[in-house]
Amino acid sequence: MSTQKITLAKGLNMGLRKAMEDDPKVLLMGEDVGKLGGVFRITDGLQKDFGEDRVIDSPLAESGIVGTAVGLALRGYRPVVEIQFDGFVYPAYDQIVCQVAKMTFRSQGKSRMPMVIRIPFGGGIGAVEHHSESPEAQFAHTPGLKVVACSNPVDGYWMIQQAIASDDPVIFLEPKRQYHADKAELDETATPAPLFTSRVARRGTDVTVLAYGPTVKTAMAAAEAAAGEGKSLEVIDLRTLSPLDMAPVYDSVRRTGRVVTVHEAHVNLGLGAELSARITEQCFYSLEAPVLRVGAFDTPYPASRIEEDYLPDLDRVLDAVDRSLEF
Amino acid sequence: MTQQAAGGSPGTTAGFGPDLVEVFGPSQQDGGPELVQLLTPEGERVEHPDFSFDLGDDAILGFYRDMVLTRRIDTEATALQRHGELGIWAQLLGQEAAQIGAGRALRPQDFVFPTYREHGVAWCRGIDPLDLLGLFRGVDQGSWDPKENNFGLYTIVIGAQTLHATGYAMGMQRDGVVGTGDPDRDAAVIAHFGDGASSQGDVNESFVFAASYNAPVVFFCQNNQWAISEPFERQSRIPLYQRALGFGFPGVRVDGNDVLATYAVTQAALNRARDGQGPTFVEAYTYRMGAHTTTDDPTRYRLSDDLERWKLKDPIARVEAYLRRNGVAGDDFFTGVQAEADDLGARLREGCKALPDPTPLSIFDHVYTEITDELEQQREAFDAYLASFEGAH
Repeated sequence: MSTQKITLAKGLNMGLRKAMEDDPKVLLMGEDVGKLGGVFRITDGLQKDFGEDRVIDSPLAESGIVGTAVGLALRGYRPVVEIQFDGFVYPAYDQIVCQVAKMTFRSQGKSRMPMVIRIPFGGGIGAVEHHSESPEAQFAHTPGLKVVACSNPVDGYWMIQQAIASDDPVIFLEPKRQYHADKAELDETATPAPLFTSRVARRGTDVTVLAYGPTVKTAMAAAEAAAGEGKSLEVIDLRTLSPLDMAPVYDSVRRTGRVVTVHEAHVNLGLGAELSARITEQCFYSLEAPVLRVGAFDTPYPASRIEEDYLPDLDRVLDAVDRSLEF
Repeated sequence: MTQQAAGGSPGTTAGFGPDLVEVFGPSQQDGGPELVQLLTPEGERVEHPDFSFDLGDDAILGFYRDMVLTRRIDTEATALQRHGELGIWAQLLGQEAAQIGAGRALRPQDFVFPTYREHGVAWCRGIDPLDLLGLFRGVDQGSWDPKENNFGLYTIVIGAQTLHATGYAMGMQRDGVVGTGDPDRDAAVIAHFGDGASSQGDVNESFVFAASYNAPVVFFCQNNQWAISEPFERQSRIPLYQRALGFGFPGVRVDGNDVLATYAVTQAALNRARDGQGPTFVEAYTYRMGAHTTTDDPTRYRLSDDLERWKLKDPIARVEAYLRRNGVAGDDFFTGVQAEADDLGARLREGCKALPDPTPLSIFDHVYTEITDELEQQREAFDAYLASFEGAH
């Protein structure tokens, strides 16, 4: 068994490479994805090895990127497009919502959209406006799209390959702050969990913490800190945001009776609201406290010198855990 | 326009922009001096230095039939909407030549990305007109298989399909079906859109992408002068075909009411694309003689003498004049085509009313390639809910 320690950026890069080796119909497309390897270097070296016809530097127009990818998909290709930053996805919003999401339905299954739209998302990198956003709810709200978020290098490697293999369009969210942060051990011979499944990241008994993408690390750190105070947190990495995989969540809530959701996106109408509604519908008699939501304030993303005040951190998670326990 | 307006530069009115007649020139009303025409409104064949019609009279007889039947589809559909059998219909009256000329220039391996008004092109691609009625009746959102006739589904969002066309053309490049020299293999894409769409970002982005990648796509714009109530001058201050140059590929304005010229120009543009010479912009200069759709009322925004002037350029009448004057066809032929149109009309009337409504539970079909657990639960709950009503099916 050969394993290696990799970052999330490396895991994604390896996963993309593997997908391109496995299927000649897989194409990468986006701004600066070629020679530069993307502004985060996720596609590093791929154009050199697969050529300019398969790793396509595009004109600087996001609707154009996604719209032409629709045409490539209709021609039988499996385009993987990179949106350079979360806040730049909006020029492509119409193509994603009106075309990518609806093509299978409109054609009653005669045309498919096996497309992956990779979006680096979330904050914490000291960037200027539009570079730190969390638009996942807007896509999870759109029927026809599937939305996933990876949180660690191993998932990055497997999930990107699984998303590319999907015949449905997948919005693939990558926590940009984690790209070059922690390393993890990857075993390329392992069998990954199915893409659209949640994962219990840490077992616990007192409070269930639901997180995805960048907040999984926050939740895990909170669980570690809480353990020092004698509180046992169960952390679930949702991984899939649409469809949601609620079975592990319900199972957990029926044991703990308490839930805290954590995401960097705004609380108002965010994923936490949907999770809360479903938990309330399915686990009403198990709940010892209302589902509490930790997330960004309902303001635009602030200037970066105060972004750590804006983003949910370990203390805000613990504060919510305490409020849940004291309810 | 005098130059007395205070603060205006020559040819402007008080800084509000150039006078349209000065920009377009008075002759633009007839399409301007650059208009490619091979058959005059009076039905006379004329020569053009760059484009020629290389088919015989048999083909022209076929075009005539295509146009008459297409117009009948349009007439019947409009009537069906008035009778409440269609929710809405997008009329193509007056644009038959533009669509048949473009549609007949295609080869089977080419691919079409239509708007929602391409009924004539659909006809050329062998789409059953009943399938078009299904969409406008509301029983589906386009039931034909795009792969079967290489004719995409109608796109409602204005201009979005031009990007799909460009991407599809990029796929053709990667499939090695461009510039091989084999006429049965080399392929191209045609992207249909209108003068209103020319203002859309997607259309302009598709020009950028197609030029950048030299994609084998023909941008076929039917400039029918009106985007619902807004005249062409609201969309552009220069003739549309001239925009192409700024994107780096050629543009041609063709008489869109001249089926011979439209065929010749589109064929040349498609050949350029198939040969690997990249995109071409074809502006088919025509006129929307009907309303935008059956919900529209053009009397609120345009003058009837405009319509009367364009009636003199009717795309079908000029072909009939040509065929009669040159003894290519006589009454028997024209009567025969009319009878065929009557049969088609009867079939559409009966067929439309017989189109089955989809079942409520089909709402859940094909949202994804396989239904998700979430949707399956909603489907089951809805099924049980429906069954809870007395007399439920």
